[in-house]
Amino acid sequence: MNTNAQQVDNTSSTQRSGGLARPRGLFDPEILLQATFDAFKKFDPRLQLKNPVMFVVLVGTMVTLLEAIAHPSIFSWSITFWLFLTVLFANFAEALAEGRGKAQADTLRRMRADTQARQLLDDGSLRQVPASQLTKGDLVVCEAGDQIPSDGEIIEGVASVDESAITGESAPVIRESGGDRSAVTGGTKVLSDRIVIRITAERGHTFMDRMIALVEGANRQKTPNEIALTILLSALTIVFLPVVVTLEPFGHFAGTSVSVVILVALLVCLIPTTIGALLSAIGIAGMDRLVQRNVLAMSGRAVEAAGDVQTLLLDKTGTITLGNRMAAAFIPTGGHQEQELAEAAQLSSLADETPEGRSIVVLAKERFALRERDLGQSRQFIAFSATTRMSGLDLGDRRIRKGAAESVCNWVRDQGGTVPGELDEIVERVAKAGSTPLVVADGKDVLGVIELKDVVKDGIRERFDQLRAIGIRTVMITGDNPLTAAAIATEAGVDDYLAQATPEAKLELIRAQQKGGRLVAMTGDGTNDAPALAQADVGVAMNSGTTAAKEAGNMVDLDSNPTKLIDIVEVGKQLLITRGSLTTFSIANDVAKYFAIIPALFVASYPQLKALNIMRLHSPQSAVLSAVIFNALVIIALIPLALRGVRWRPSNATSILRRNVMVYGVGGVIVPFIFIKLIDLLLTSLGWY
Amino acid sequence: MGYIAELVVVVPILALVWRFLGAYMTGVYEGRYRFLRWIESPIYRVLSVDPNSEQSWQRYAGSLIVFSAVALVVTYTIMRLQGHLPLNPQHLGGVTPALAWNTAVSFVTNTNWQNYAGESTMSYLSQMAALTVQQFVSASVGVAVAVALIRGLSRKDSKTIGNFWVDLVRGVFYILIPISFVSGIVFVAQGAVQTLSGPAKVHNSLNGVHQIIARGPVGFMEPIKELGTNGGGFFNANGAHPFENPTALTLLLSVILILAIPVALTYTFGQMVKSGRQGVALLATMTIIFGVWLGFTTYAETQPNPAVASAHVVSQRTGNMVGKEVRFGPRLTSLYNVASTQTSTGSVAGANDSFNPMGGFGLLTGMMLGEVSPGGVGSGLYTILLFAIITVFIGGLMVGRTPEYLGKKIQSREVKLAALGVLVMPITVLILTAVAVSVHGGQSAIGNKGPHGFTEILYAFTSQANNNGSAFAGLNGNSAFYNITGGLAMLVGRFAVMLPCLCLSGALADKGVVPAGPGTFRSDTPLFSGLLIGVILIVGGLTFFPAVSLGPIVEQLSHGKLF
Repeated sequence: MNTNAQQVDNTSSTQRSGGLARPRGLFDPEILLQATFDAFKKFDPRLQLKNPVMFVVLVGTMVTLLEAIAHPSIFSWSITFWLFLTVLFANFAEALAEGRGKAQADTLRRMRADTQARQLLDDGSLRQVPASQLTKGDLVVCEAGDQIPSDGEIIEGVASVDESAITGESAPVIRESGGDRSAVTGGTKVLSDRIVIRITAERGHTFMDRMIALVEGANRQKTPNEIALTILLSALTIVFLPVVVTLEPFGHFAGTSVSVVILVALLVCLIPTTIGALLSAIGIAGMDRLVQRNVLAMSGRAVEAAGDVQTLLLDKTGTITLGNRMAAAFIPTGGHQEQELAEAAQLSSLADETPEGRSIVVLAKERFALRERDLGQSRQFIAFSATTRMSGLDLGDRRIRKGAAESVCNWVRDQGGTVPGELDEIVERVAKAGSTPLVVADGKDVLGVIELKDVVKDGIRERFDQLRAIGIRTVMITGDNPLTAAAIATEAGVDDYLAQATPEAKLELIRAQQKGGRLVAMTGDGTNDAPALAQADVGVAMNSGTTAAKEAGNMVDLDSNPTKLIDIVEVGKQLLITRGSLTTFSIANDVAKYFAIIPALFVASYPQLKALNIMRLHSPQSAVLSAVIFNALVIIALIPLALRGVRWRPSNATSILRRNVMVYGVGGVIVPFIFIKLIDLLLTSLGWY
Repeated sequence: MGYIAELVVVVPILALVWRFLGAYMTGVYEGRYRFLRWIESPIYRVLSVDPNSEQSWQRYAGSLIVFSAVALVVTYTIMRLQGHLPLNPQHLGGVTPALAWNTAVSFVTNTNWQNYAGESTMSYLSQMAALTVQQFVSASVGVAVAVALIRGLSRKDSKTIGNFWVDLVRGVFYILIPISFVSGIVFVAQGAVQTLSGPAKVHNSLNGVHQIIARGPVGFMEPIKELGTNGGGFFNANGAHPFENPTALTLLLSVILILAIPVALTYTFGQMVKSGRQGVALLATMTIIFGVWLGFTTYAETQPNPAVASAHVVSQRTGNMVGKEVRFGPRLTSLYNVASTQTSTGSVAGANDSFNPMGGFGLLTGMMLGEVSPGGVGSGLYTILLFAIITVFIGGLMVGRTPEYLGKKIQSREVKLAALGVLVMPITVLILTAVAVSVHGGQSAIGNKGPHGFTEILYAFTSQANNNGSAFAGLNGNSAFYNITGGLAMLVGRFAVMLPCLCLSGALADKGVVPAGPGTFRSDTPLFSGLLIGVILIVGGLTFFPAVSLGPIVEQLSHGKLF
């Protein structure tokens, strides 16, 4: 059973004891220190080549360095130093983004400490082997207290397992052979009972291994959108090369010789260094934000796709409704009082341990303050069975039954009783409203109907409204009949529903959506969900699900909380917005830098150009240096934004755009004017220029 | 007719042209009008083209290249051999190789940069068969590329983007020839000359002077010069010559013809992508840029010329009259020249060289924005679509979706092609200008020193790489250096933008369409137009700010001090 099904609230980051989401600040001192180290390591030219924008800065730094050595001056050394810092800051941003993941990977590695396993041999005997020697197909036995040595499938027995090592969730879960709850993960711990496991993963390819690699970003590849953006940034870099290089002959024609150092400074200020420096950090941080929500994305591509999703397929149970139906009303018939019905219903349910049964007792208590009673000796509980489709209680000669309408009515008629005329109508009405009617009878008397309702989660309707506002359609998937499904769909406010859903129907639905150009996200946990998970653009497998499901999806939710699909979409959107906003900011910054540097470049031959120095910067040299310093410092200043992501609230595209254009576009034009001036004031007040 | 009155007349007429010519062009390119089938069919048979079969983008581009190459060779050959060919009443000799190359490229690329004085260089045959023919077909090629790109945006899962030969032929026969013919009658009626009988020899008996007055088949060449945003006039003085542009009415008609197709194509675009608002968004973008530049330039020209002012000889109450036709004055000249520089026409009604620094700045920067307001026939639309794709890419990211334009996802390939198409022009201009100011062949041709001379060179390459064709004057372009480099600039500026557009069209046509919803970045809103203007200004501004600050800006800041 899904332990999270009862979790009403989906803010899933509350109680956890370990696992991935060990709370660690973005700017944990330990991570900062490590990132500083790594920033220097990243000067490796092979790594630098991957980022064309920063590579140009690095080459520029070399050029000014040679110039500073050949013609030393405070100015050329200062520029060289700040250009060097620009590259360093970019490295640092990336290292910092990787830092948290690396720290978490280390934690996981320590947990994977080599354990001993008891291998079950063909002859039935047991042999102690190191877990690392197990191969696919081997059978092992695990008992209470054992760590499960590798990923596998239970082929015998049932056990409660502590999966906190992976999920951070301390409540144990039940794993049993057969069905959709048979998968176990290496590194988790058996708390009770004995199980036989068939190993399903080779060494180095276990879930834990993959998780470590993912969290660490070891095989990180540029995502499609990141590549597209890199191309645009490279194009801007390439166009600024001739812009700057031609200034040398232009200057010559105007009768002035242009300093190479200033040209390099201008080039670095113009090319989009801000976004170039932060681009990979933004991507890594996006993955990391998912990890903090206990979701493992198998690729950055999936995270990006999440931002584009236009259709969400949500399972009814556990996502839209609470896991179980709850008693919601007592509807008496044949002139009986509601309290009479409630009392009988409560009696019949006292021994009923199902959630439905318990909810009847609770409702009776809420409505009529009926408490549990000592029923004396002469009681006998009648358990529910699939053939009778009733349960109940014999108390002395009172015989109380509750169950499916048809069965209870037959039972009453068999005793010679009559069924009230309005019963049929009530039963139908309840069913139409999406609820389940239970008929209660006391001997020959039909007392009335209990309405068992699928309870829609609190706040889910608002959530769907938000999704609709940002252009995402929600489709409820349920095994219920169309009548019930329609009623719940209306109540929850989903856009559409798929009733009596089979795996094939799901797959068909996904394909139809995709054919219309929509990207589809879904969650699933069973083996029969695997094809649909694979077909969906974002397939989130529940960690509690089968291995097949986990392999088919491109994300795994360690909390097994289907509602999280909505969070995933948000992270995807935030990732893209952050990229776009910082690109806009970066390009908008150039305006101010031009006004700082161009007058400085040619003021010697055309003193009239002083008029363009609208910031009234002190001297040509202080102007250029201020622009370069601003250009470097803005990277550091924006690291928190890049790692946390630009603020995002669900609303329509136009209002999001308007806000971001104002903040990052218009703001991006204005901010550098202010800060370059301030830096210039600081430089001059320190008496350096 | 006054300036304001002229605007009051132009705007409503253009609105009608936008609506009806736009809709007509949609019909033409969607093949709904076939009343000229009797002309089309024989042409297709000669070319052995099946008008019903469409081409992939590669074949479309291949046909375009082959056609342009053949056109180049034919045009070049006619000019070289004109001395041996008929319709040469002045017995002009063959055009020199460098000039013939430059001129052939110039007319094939719809630039109409003229390093020669038409009346004393080109025979009537060269004017008509070589140059005017190219004015028709090069315009039609431009529109064809724009239409092909629109098809890419409006189709889905399609491997083809239309048939180049069909688009070419229909553009010429259904659109360009009919409009030119009707307008030609107006020009001739207003006094533009139209004759094949050679120059008139006039004996002025009053002072005993013999004059030779150049004439030619001018009247019917005028409309296509404007309508095709070509700009190559019969006479050296171009639109300032009374035989080309005899009255204020022909000036007004010229302005309308210049703007007609580029403006109307936005309507065609809206119809073909099945959303009129999309076309309006582009039109609004073009109009705002045009309006701001027109206002700026007109204002600059109504100011006194600083150099004249410092001489204290004449009153300049009407503004800067230097280099202006008295018939038109500063304001109408500004209107004509702004319309002409912002549409890649390049014909002029007054000398750009003599504009005030900021007036010249207006003309120069109008071109530097990539000729999108509204730009040349076809080229204006396809270039602004490239800018739109870049805008959508950056803006689309800001709303949290993989960017899409008209439902087409904008991915690496599209960004690469759009960036290439947008950036090739500034790179070409800057590099060639840098070469020109560095070598003797480049420096020796300029008429002025210092910033003004620099502006002359910068203007020349900006004009040619944008296929505009207007000259700043002052620069003697008819030298081996400028003929060859200029030809290069024109070729790159034309085909290095067209080919990415066609490739883009192929890539887009092949894609599916993402349905629009509240989460979609909308490209039919004022906000989008604003962003698009921002991107156009920022790309143009960032690439040319340093160069421009060394030209007109420093000149302006010098307050008329000559260098």
